Amino acid sequence: MDKFTTHTGRVLPLRRSNVDTDQIIPAVYLKRISRDGFEDGLFAAWRKDPDFVLNRPEYQGATVLVAGPEFGTGSSREHAVWALQNYGFRVVISPRFADIFRGNSLKGGLLTIELAEGVVERLLAAAEADPKTEVIVDLQAREVRFAGETVSFELDDYARWRLLEGLDDVGLTLRHTDVIAEFEAVRPAWMPKTVTR
Amino acid sequence: MAVDPTRRTLAEKVWNAHVVRRVDGEPDLLYIDLHLIHEVTSPQAFDGLRDAGRPVHRPDLTLATEDHNVPTLNIDLPIADPVSRIQVEALRKNCAEFGVPIFPLGSAEQGIVHVVGPQLGVTQPGMTIVCGDSHTSTHGAFGALAFGIGTSEVEHVLATQTLPLKPFKTMAITVEGELPADVTAKDLILAVIAELGTGGGQGYVLEYRGSAIEKLSIEARMTICNMSIEAGARAGMIAPDATTFEYLRGRPHAPTGADWDAAVAWWSSLPTDPGAVFDREVVVDASSLKPFVTWGTNPGQGLPLSASVPDPAQIADPGERSAAERALEYMDLVPGTPLSQIRVDTVFLGSCTNGRIEDLRSAAAILRGRTVVDGVRMLVVPGSVRVRLQAEAEGLDQIFTAAGAEWRHAGCSMCLGMNPDQLAPGERSASTSNRNFEGRQGKGGRTHLVSPQVAAATAVTGRLTSPSDLPDAAIGASTNA
Repeated sequence: MDKFTTHTGRVLPLRRSNVDTDQIIPAVYLKRISRDGFEDGLFAAWRKDPDFVLNRPEYQGATVLVAGPEFGTGSSREHAVWALQNYGFRVVISPRFADIFRGNSLKGGLLTIELAEGVVERLLAAAEADPKTEVIVDLQAREVRFAGETVSFELDDYARWRLLEGLDDVGLTLRHTDVIAEFEAVRPAWMPKTVTR
Repeated sequence: MAVDPTRRTLAEKVWNAHVVRRVDGEPDLLYIDLHLIHEVTSPQAFDGLRDAGRPVHRPDLTLATEDHNVPTLNIDLPIADPVSRIQVEALRKNCAEFGVPIFPLGSAEQGIVHVVGPQLGVTQPGMTIVCGDSHTSTHGAFGALAFGIGTSEVEHVLATQTLPLKPFKTMAITVEGELPADVTAKDLILAVIAELGTGGGQGYVLEYRGSAIEKLSIEARMTICNMSIEAGARAGMIAPDATTFEYLRGRPHAPTGADWDAAVAWWSSLPTDPGAVFDREVVVDASSLKPFVTWGTNPGQGLPLSASVPDPAQIADPGERSAAERALEYMDLVPGTPLSQIRVDTVFLGSCTNGRIEDLRSAAAILRGRTVVDGVRMLVVPGSVRVRLQAEAEGLDQIFTAAGAEWRHAGCSMCLGMNPDQLAPGERSASTSNRNFEGRQGKGGRTHLVSPQVAAATAVTGRLTSPSDLPDAAIGASTNA
């Protein structure tokens, strides 16, 4: 995973709530067996509309997606994170994210930031008024800066550290194989196995 | 209020029994007892293992089945869509290479992953169960802590059999009283989701409890836990009890003899202690519930079937109002229209929510002696090969086909628009599945979530219908008895 420290980018204002993962990438686009190439499926149904914000020339190159509450509800598909990243997004800002999507995004290095609804509204309004609106996302300071405003966001120290260092969880956990083995040694023998030996 | 830390909830007990490593400032490292996998969310995880030269740590706690992509017709032929076929073949290759047991299409144990685990008895109380699928919450019906994960986490579990996790909050959903005769587990959970909203459960494990829950069968409990994710919750759980133990006894992977006794002793210690404190409590009066359907494009947009399409102008919150306006536009519905007047083109009975034998029985009881109305197609898709075989042994397939419904093979089918079973653009369905998102059942398709009973009654009339509103309601009642 690439390290994430600070990112400066333009905003794509997606003024919708409950952007579920079937909208982010419909199931029919989940058939690839690699981690790349999912950008074609990003918001595939909504993109059929030429007026959809992602299609508007003034927002080309935006890297910070800002949307309404309950972003990423529904399916656990990590493809939703890959589709956003493959398309070029580095940050998503919403008043509230679905748990699984949030977990997937932070694992994969897509920074998801929860900000109060009022701040999100100002950010949406700023980007709608001026598509050149830039946001600075400072993970070190846990701050978002835009249009003269500086707003703090919460992210636990552990998740922040992993993102700043670009660490992957599997490598971290494999440092503790000894305690995993100790736990396994005392698991009840009657617990089910999927293969009979 | 003073909290007695020795009194714990079901979720806390299961969590604490699985902590491998706990260090201040870090997530708990939790042991995973069962890892279910399917073809869609696993290929990149296996690639990750291969790239790093890592094995699957516990293939004997891992189980694969093919469900999302598989066709439900002509299953003896190669999968027609080449991309779907490649994904399914990748799962088979990965399972062979890493020693993971798999039930492929054509196997007697194949089916939807959340139907297969319980029927084999590998889903047991007190376990931690994960799968790269949000409806893993289904397994919570047994008192397991079961939740969906993404592909990075799938790779993590394959490599280590653990997951780093921050503890979830707990919410009690207490359902007291008697469910009316025409109200099912599906109606109950749709009403709960409408109450909580799609984000109300965020960060929580929901524990469904109370006299109305205790009376439910294991399959009905699975329907409820299955849809916990639609309220934003990571997991749903129900305390194990005699109903749970009876369901498990004699299943292929259930313990036997002295092991059974040891298991039951532990399972019996799991229910929430009296006086344990939940972070949030919601109380539902079972007797007030009615058959429930969705009108919008998220599972929280639901109402009793006896109600009318809501008027967005009456919604005070501007965000919710514009969401409702968008939903009605997509659904092509006019405010004030009675929900029972909405006509459908397709009825789908199946999915991990309602594709089990009791679901098929209850729909068949309504369809016996009746026919699917002209112009409506009805798909009946068993959740697993075992469910299909059981239904055929009971003659349910004959009832469905005599009524004019299509009797299909096992799979996720029309729940998610990934295999050949899809709605055409503009088509409207009554569906026993779990999501009414835009395009979920096929691009441009419109979905109303319903119970199996409402699905069957709707197939008869061609509009959203409660069984008790069928003109000849006595037919279903007499054959049901």
